[in-house]
Amino acid sequence: MEAIVEVKNLRVEYGARNSGPGKKLAVKDLNLGVRAGEVFGFLGPNGAGKTTTMNVLLGFVNATSGDAFLFGVNVREPIARQRIGYLPELTYYYKFLTVEELLRFYARVFGIPRREADRRIDALLKLVELEHARRRPIKTYSKGMQQRVGLAQALINNPELLILDEPTSGLDPIGRMKVREIIQRLKSEGKTVFFSSHELGEVETICDRIAIINEGELKVEGRVDELVQKHHTDLEKIFLNIVGYQPQLPS
Amino acid sequence: MNTVSALAGVVIKELYRRKDFYVLFVLTAVLTLSMGMINFFNDPKIVEDLKEICLLLIWISALVIALTTAARQIPAERENRTVFPLLAKPVTRGQVILGKFLGCWLAVGVALVVFYVFFGVLSGSREHAWPVLKYVQAFWLQWVMLAVVIALVLFGSVVFTSAAENVTICFFVVLGILLLAGHLNTVALQQPEPARTLLYSFYFVIPHLEWFDVRDLVIYNTWAPVPWVDCLLATLYAAVYVTLFLFAGWLVFRRKSLTAS
Repeated sequence: MEAIVEVKNLRVEYGARNSGPGKKLAVKDLNLGVRAGEVFGFLGPNGAGKTTTMNVLLGFVNATSGDAFLFGVNVREPIARQRIGYLPELTYYYKFLTVEELLRFYARVFGIPRREADRRIDALLKLVELEHARRRPIKTYSKGMQQRVGLAQALINNPELLILDEPTSGLDPIGRMKVREIIQRLKSEGKTVFFSSHELGEVETICDRIAIINEGELKVEGRVDELVQKHHTDLEKIFLNIVGYQPQLPS
Repeated sequence: MNTVSALAGVVIKELYRRKDFYVLFVLTAVLTLSMGMINFFNDPKIVEDLKEICLLLIWISALVIALTTAARQIPAERENRTVFPLLAKPVTRGQVILGKFLGCWLAVGVALVVFYVFFGVLSGSREHAWPVLKYVQAFWLQWVMLAVVIALVLFGSVVFTSAAENVTICFFVVLGILLLAGHLNTVALQQPEPARTLLYSFYFVIPHLEWFDVRDLVIYNTWAPVPWVDCLLATLYAAVYVTLFLFAGWLVFRRKSLTAS
């Protein structure tokens, strides 16, 4: 099956001006592949290197060595991002714009013709249930509404690959359920979803395959059902075991 | 080009949804109108003084708008993290710089048109003369000068981390050029070597923003308009500096790592 996301021997070092001499190794020789049509969960504790890997895939950070490809195109080329949608962990949008103006702006960036953009904006606002607030500035929205703006903008170009950075973080149970439903729906439409999350129950429910990363190194990669079967336990216990968590019980 | 114009559109929307421009325009209008109502000792030169003050206020206001609008563009994109969903699209960093420049320049141009229309109406109503050609030349040269200022500030905004730091440094650089650059060659002549060569080199390297200041042309009706070829040369001169500053800004910005966590 065609690999949509390919990471080869990726190494990312940050200058350590604030943390003593030497450099901080954020990602260490990472190899990863995400195939077309699968939902891939990228897991790891805080500071494991998940966001750094995503930042390389999105072209925000340059790799120290190694390569990363989206649809076979090196991520250094902006065209590699033509067929992807990205939802950041927190909402980062021009808050003086209305959601309609924001989506129109992104549609123009993708070169979507005006009539087609209008059609997609209507459909997306319906999908994320923001039709009633389409002409209100984003700064007047609640957190949940802003997260839905994020989903709408990530889908404006009808992407084949969605990169979601902790998409359900900070959402209430209904908001989480909605995001989950949208991911399931995208999967049924044949889209590829690559997402990071700390919600292991959620990952177990919706992911086809997962990778667990710790201290910049890939620890495990495989199908969720096979991993659960192999370790005779649930994903949470597998995760805690891999990251070396020792429960500290009161004596 | 679609991406660049889309980015410019966002900058323009931001400017007219903020209060800066309206505050500066009302301030300029109130100050000039209140002074226009006073007629000291029936002095016939009072209209020229009034025009001079009004143009000075327009120059200050336009500079403030250009500096503050351009300086916050890239630092605000980074601080508010709007740069991440933007660069996750097929947008190059060069397009970001160009779009920001175009947006700031057009937005400042709109503000300048409003200022000059106000100035034209005010001076025309007092003098009963409408030297439109001179107004157009003064407007164009000031707008072109502001293009250099905006490009310089955008370059500063990828070098300095905070918008406030950038505004302060660029403000003093621009003010220094406007007030002192024209005298540098005279000062250089009085210096021993190697200070003379150094000062002369500096004189030829810096953008001479004061060359675009043709306020006297508009203030004194006896002055003839600037030859069009001079306007064209001034525009080309500004275009060279704009290109240099934007290119330098792109060079710095394109290799900058942006972290989203």
